[in-house]
Amino acid sequence: MRNKSVATLIGMSVLALYSSMAVGSKYNFPEPQSTIAQDIYDQHIALLWICLAIFIGVFGVMFYSVLKHRKSLGYKAANFHHSTTVEVIWTVIPCLILIAMALPATKTVIAMKDTSSPDMTIKATGYQWMWGYDYLQGEGEGISFFSKLSTPRAQLENKEPKGENYLLEVDNNLVVPVGKKVRIILTANDVIHAWWVPALGVKQDAIPGFIRDVWFTADNPGIYRGQCAELCGKDHGYMPIVVEVLDEESYAKWAAGKLAGVSNSVVSLAAVSTDVVSSGAEQAIDAIEENLDNN
Amino acid sequence: MAAVHGDVHGHGHEDHHPTGIMRWVTTTNHKDIGTMYLWFSLAMFFTGGFLALGIRAELFQPGIQILEPEMFNSFTTLHGLIMVFGAIMPAFVGFANWQVPMMIGAPDMAFARMNLWSFWLLPIAASLLVSSFFVPGGAAAGGWTFYPPLSTQGGLGVDMMIFAVHILGASSIMGAINIITTILNMRAPGMRLMDMPLFVWTWLITAYLLVLVMPVLAGTVTMLLTDRHFGTSFFNAAGGGDPVLFQHIFWFFGHPEVYIMILPAFGIVSEIIPTFSRKPLFGYSSMVYATASIAILSCVVWAHHMFTAGMPTVGQLFFMYATMLIAVPTGVKVFNWTATMWRGAMTFETPMLFAIGFIFLFVIGGFSGVICAIVPIDIQVQDTYYVIAHFHYVLVSGALFALFAGAYYWLPKWTGHMYDETLGKWHFWLSMIFFNLTFFVQHFLGLAGMPRRIPDYALQFADFNMVSSIGAFGFGMSQLLFVYIVIKCIRSKEAAPEKPWDGATTLEWTHLPTPAPYHSFEKPPVFKPVSH
Repeated sequence: MRNKSVATLIGMSVLALYSSMAVGSKYNFPEPQSTIAQDIYDQHIALLWICLAIFIGVFGVMFYSVLKHRKSLGYKAANFHHSTTVEVIWTVIPCLILIAMALPATKTVIAMKDTSSPDMTIKATGYQWMWGYDYLQGEGEGISFFSKLSTPRAQLENKEPKGENYLLEVDNNLVVPVGKKVRIILTANDVIHAWWVPALGVKQDAIPGFIRDVWFTADNPGIYRGQCAELCGKDHGYMPIVVEVLDEESYAKWAAGKLAGVSNSVVSLAAVSTDVVSSGAEQAIDAIEENLDNN
Repeated sequence: MAAVHGDVHGHGHEDHHPTGIMRWVTTTNHKDIGTMYLWFSLAMFFTGGFLALGIRAELFQPGIQILEPEMFNSFTTLHGLIMVFGAIMPAFVGFANWQVPMMIGAPDMAFARMNLWSFWLLPIAASLLVSSFFVPGGAAAGGWTFYPPLSTQGGLGVDMMIFAVHILGASSIMGAINIITTILNMRAPGMRLMDMPLFVWTWLITAYLLVLVMPVLAGTVTMLLTDRHFGTSFFNAAGGGDPVLFQHIFWFFGHPEVYIMILPAFGIVSEIIPTFSRKPLFGYSSMVYATASIAILSCVVWAHHMFTAGMPTVGQLFFMYATMLIAVPTGVKVFNWTATMWRGAMTFETPMLFAIGFIFLFVIGGFSGVICAIVPIDIQVQDTYYVIAHFHYVLVSGALFALFAGAYYWLPKWTGHMYDETLGKWHFWLSMIFFNLTFFVQHFLGLAGMPRRIPDYALQFADFNMVSSIGAFGFGMSQLLFVYIVIKCIRSKEAAPEKPWDGATTLEWTHLPTPAPYHSFEKPPVFKPVSH
C-alpha cells in the first residue's frame, strides 16, 4: 500500500517536472541578448542545479526519516542530541558551496559596473509616466525624444481586444546599433523609476537629482521590451521600455533621418521640455555628470 | 477566549478580575493580554487577506476590472503594512505573552501595565491605517516601503500611515523591553540562559533586534513627515537631500525586521519538532549560536534590497557576500531539525505537519533568497514577482505556518480543550496546496519579466496569474476553517488530556495543569536542568 502511494507520488512529480520543462523558455529569463545577460542566465541555471542537489539531499534524508522513523511503525526513539563533528561539517560545506557561487558572480559584477569607454551615451530620464531619451555622445548625438505607452486606452478598459504587445509598446522606440557599447545615463524628473530591459540584462533605478549609469552591448538586431521596475505612482504599470537594435547601416540611416527631422521640430520639442523638465534638476544633473566623468 | 477561566483543578485561590469588557480593558494578566494580541492579529490577518484577494481579483485577468490603478497601489501598500505590523508581529508578541512566563516559570511579564498599554496602542494604529482608505486622497499608495519622493506626493493617508507606524513602533519597543526584562530577571531558580527553551531564546534575541531597529524606523518616518510638512529636505535632491538615504535607513530597519518575523518562528518549530519526534533537540547550543549569528548578520546586509539603486562595486560585493553568509547559520538550523527527526519516534498531529511544512517551504524561500543575493541575478529579479514569491515563501509558509503550528500546539494548554484533529489536518493540507498554487508560479512570472506592483500586465503573463489568483482565493477560504477550528475548540465541552503531547518537556507542560490557571507559577517551580 505504502509502496504504491510512493510510486504514484514519484510518478506525479516526474510528470509535473516534465510538464514544467515543456512550458519552457516562456517562464524562464528571456533569451539573453548580451554577454552580461548570458552570464546572468548561466549563473541562474547553475544555481538552480546546486539548489536542486541540496534540496534532494536534505529532504531525501528528512522524508526517509518521516516514512521510517514513525511511532506508528513501532520505531523506538534514539536519544542522541549533538555531535560536534557533523555540526562542523555541515557548517563548512555550505561555506564552500557559497564560495563557488560567489566567484563567477563577482566577475560579472565587476564587468557590469565597468561603464568606461562607451561607443555611445544616451541619457534616459524617467517621468511620471514616460521615458525621455537624449543621445549625448556618439553617432546620433543630438537626437532627443519622449517615449510613451502606445497601447490604446480602450484596450486597457477591455473595450477592444488586446494586441500582441499589450502594455509593452511605445510610440518612439529607443534605437541603438548592434555590437556597440551603449552607456545609458539615468535620472528622473519627479520620483524614482527603474529602467529595465531583461533581454539585455540591464536594470537601474533612475533617481531624481542624481545620475546613475549602466551599459549594454546588444548581440543581435531585434526589438527588446522591458518595463519600469520601481513603483512610481498611478501609471507605474504603463511606462514600458522598447529597445530597437539595428545593424550599423540601418542605424546610421535612422540617426541621419532623425537628426534631419530634429532641425525642423526642434522648436516644438524645446517647448515641451521646458514644460516638463525643471531647470534646477537639469543643472544638478550636469554637475553630477561632470563628477561621474571625473571618477 | 472566554474558556480561559481561572481556578481550575482546585487551586484554591480567587482570580480577582472584573468581568465583561472591563476585564479586557483593565487586565494586567499576561494570558489575557496574550489572548488579545492573538485575536487582534487574527482580525488583522483577515483584513490584510481581504486586500490580498482584492489584488489577486484585479490580476485574475489582464485589463482593469475592479481596482483603478491608484486604488490598486493602496491595496498593495496597506496589504503589506497590515500583514507585517498588524498580523505577523503582534501574533508573535501574543505567543511571547502567553508562553514566555510559563516556559521560564515566571508568574507574569515584568511590566504588567506597560504590557497592557503596548497592546492597546495596536487597535489605535490599526484604525488609523484602515480608516485612511476613507480620507480625501485615499490610503497611502507608495508601497509598504513608502520610498520618497513618491511618498511625499500622497495625501492625508500617508500622514495617517506615518503616525500608525510611529505608534506601532512604540508598541513594539515596549513589548521588546518587557520581554527582555522578563527573560533576564524572572527565570525559575536554577534555569541558566543555556537551559532556556529555544522559543524563549529566539524571542530574547528578537527583542534585542526590535529595540535596535524600531527607533531607526521611527526616525526615518519622522524625517519623511518633516519633509512633507515642515520644509526639510532630507530626501529631496533639490534641497540638498538624497532619496536613496531613505532607502538605506529604511532597510537598516527593514532587513532585521525580516528576522524579527522569522526568529520566533524558528523558536516555535524548535519546540514542536523535538516534541513530536520524542527526542531532544539536536544541537541546542548551535541553534542558539545560529540564531544569534543570524541576528548579527541581519544588521549588515540591508543594502541587498538596493542593488539596483546604484552603489560602488565594493559595496555591492560586500552586501552580496554578507547576505550569502546568512545561508550558513540558517542551513545549520535546517540540518539540526532534520537530525532531531532522524531516528525519532514521530507522530504527525497538526502542529507537526505545520512544522514540517514550514521547514519544507521555508527552505525553498531560502534557496530563492540565495539566488536573490547574487547581485547579477538580483539585477534581473529585483522588483519582480520573483521577489514576491521569495518573501511570501519565508513570511507565509515561514512565519505564518509556524504561527499555526504554535497555535495548534498550545491551544489545549490555553483553552483546556482539544482542537479537532481531522479539521486541523484539512487546514494544513488545504493551506499547503493553495499556498503553493498561489506563490510557486510567481517565481516563473518574475523570471519571465513581470514587475511587481502593477495593476495590469502583458498577455504572456495571463495564464499563471490566473492560476495564482485561484490559489489565493483557495488559500483565503482555507483560513476561515482555522477560525472555525479555534472557536470550536474554545466552545468544546470535552476536557483536553493533562499532557496531550507525550514528548513535551517544557515547564508549561510538565509543571502546570491543563488548562493553565489564570495565575501560574506564583511560587517559582523547581527547575532541573537537562544537559545539552
